[in-house]
Amino acid sequence: MADTLLSLSGVHTHIGPYHILQGVDLIVPEGGVTVLLGRNGAGKTTTLRTIMGLWTASRGEIHFADHDITKLPTPDISRRGIAFVPEDMGIFTDLTVAENMVLAAAHGPMDAKRLGWIKELFPPIGTFWNSSAGTLSGGQKQMLSVARAIIEPRRLILIDEPTKGLAPAIIKAMTDALQELKETDTTILLVEQNFAMASSIGDTVAVMDDGRIIHSGPMQELAGDAGLQEKLMGLSLEAHQ
Amino acid sequence: MSETAIKPRIEKIPLKDQLFQKLPVLLVPLLAVAGLIAIGNPASWLTLTVAGLAMGMMIFIMASGLTVVFGLMDVINFGHGAFVAVGAFVGFTVLAWLAGWTASPSVMLNLAAVLIAILVAMLVTGLLGLAFERVIVMPVYGEHLKQILVTMGGLIVAQQMIYVVWGPDELHLSRPQAFQGALVIGEAAIEKYRLVAVGIGLALFLAMRHILKNTKIGLLVRAGVENGEMVEALGYRIRRLFLIVFMTGSALAGLGGVMWGLYQETITAHMGSEIMVLVFIVVIIGGLGSVEGCFIGALLVGLLANYTAFLAPKVALVSTIALMVVILMWRPQGLYPVVKAK
Repeated sequence: MADTLLSLSGVHTHIGPYHILQGVDLIVPEGGVTVLLGRNGAGKTTTLRTIMGLWTASRGEIHFADHDITKLPTPDISRRGIAFVPEDMGIFTDLTVAENMVLAAAHGPMDAKRLGWIKELFPPIGTFWNSSAGTLSGGQKQMLSVARAIIEPRRLILIDEPTKGLAPAIIKAMTDALQELKETDTTILLVEQNFAMASSIGDTVAVMDDGRIIHSGPMQELAGDAGLQEKLMGLSLEAHQ
Repeated sequence: MSETAIKPRIEKIPLKDQLFQKLPVLLVPLLAVAGLIAIGNPASWLTLTVAGLAMGMMIFIMASGLTVVFGLMDVINFGHGAFVAVGAFVGFTVLAWLAGWTASPSVMLNLAAVLIAILVAMLVTGLLGLAFERVIVMPVYGEHLKQILVTMGGLIVAQQMIYVVWGPDELHLSRPQAFQGALVIGEAAIEKYRLVAVGIGLALFLAMRHILKNTKIGLLVRAGVENGEMVEALGYRIRRLFLIVFMTGSALAGLGGVMWGLYQETITAHMGSEIMVLVFIVVIIGGLGSVEGCFIGALLVGLLANYTAFLAPKVALVSTIALMVVILMWRPQGLYPVVKAK
């Protein structure tokens, strides 16, 4: 069994008066892809943002590579090797694609070999290198967002719904890219609503509802058990209709 | 991922939108031409235009720091005028120490005296900005109402401190010998100091543009204005960037204070709060957070104030506010609004 890279134990997060995460327990093994599933409002995005320190956990502990990162500020968490691809992509639209990438390489100049690999992975990055990022299409912005996250070697990448609102061809391209990324031994924690995509690249899965993890285990187990899928997803849907 | 999988495509900006984007740049020459037609006399127009550009440049120097502070830090600093006044008084003190240099007919000595006064004023106001940010602004990040109250409080404290150090009377700040008098070009008389102000303002604008476009710290500021949270997620400590920008903005206000003091030749503890009305108008016209917009807004305000003061002095009192109203009706978020992803 793979070593644990990231663990959340009993994590609670409040945003203003709202109690969003209500005791999240989650283990992300090193290497491979862990998928976080759940209905809208279940707390998936809040989980990623809490790991990243963008919202502070009010209770519980978050450990990354055996270090407690619960109270660390976001830049320190990033510097420990965690990259974040937010749901809104977080692209700096006033900057060019090149400038976005320069900023993403926070530890020094970009590695030419790695940049070449990224341009192969995402051809539009090279094509529109000097274009304003604000003029890219939605799919291209998503590629830039992922490209920024991998311009430096990272131990863990948190990706929030990378296929949201994208055309099927772009979703396939993004799935292929994540698959290739997975083969480089980068650990990915992926929030995804598209179950077909999630099950094609996920190794382990956790399902959230009402700010808690209600199921976790191998993706194969969930993908191959229609009854379990219906129980977890169906239960959630019914409960909130 | 193969090339064939995704067809590279870029959204084309329609020509109409591109022109709309560039239109604010044309406003300054358009206003200058309108001024020439209205004034009729080219010599008077030239004198007023240089005066307007000089005034605009000085307002830009004071406003540029404020707009970047607002854009990046989301802080409404009503205390910005304190740095203008302190800068002017520090500049006054330094120039008084260097009275021998400023009274000399040597241009080099005059320039050196002004340069030293500017550098010392910027250093003092930059350090004052450091204390202001740590003590007054930092506890109220994200709370606009409290920001207005505490920064206004900071302004009052600074004004009282000026009374304590320099006394309550207004002081006369004379320009160095070389900057006194006017150049006569045809029938137009152009004050030498105004040309210096135009030169310094232009150099500062070009330097800021260069830094914002071509350096990593400039990229960070631009990125931070748009999405500070993402800058942090990339591993940068945005609070440090806030501090650097706040100190720079305060130092620029100090520079503006020295320049404005030498322009008016009289300084008072309230000069900062008085000029802040124009500074806020310029920041709003330009679009909160935009240096380019601030530059264009400052030039428009400077030119319009001078043209209307000549053509219809009573209208001049409301001309800049009327300009702001017209611009906001045309572009509700200012000439170059900075898009925030917050």
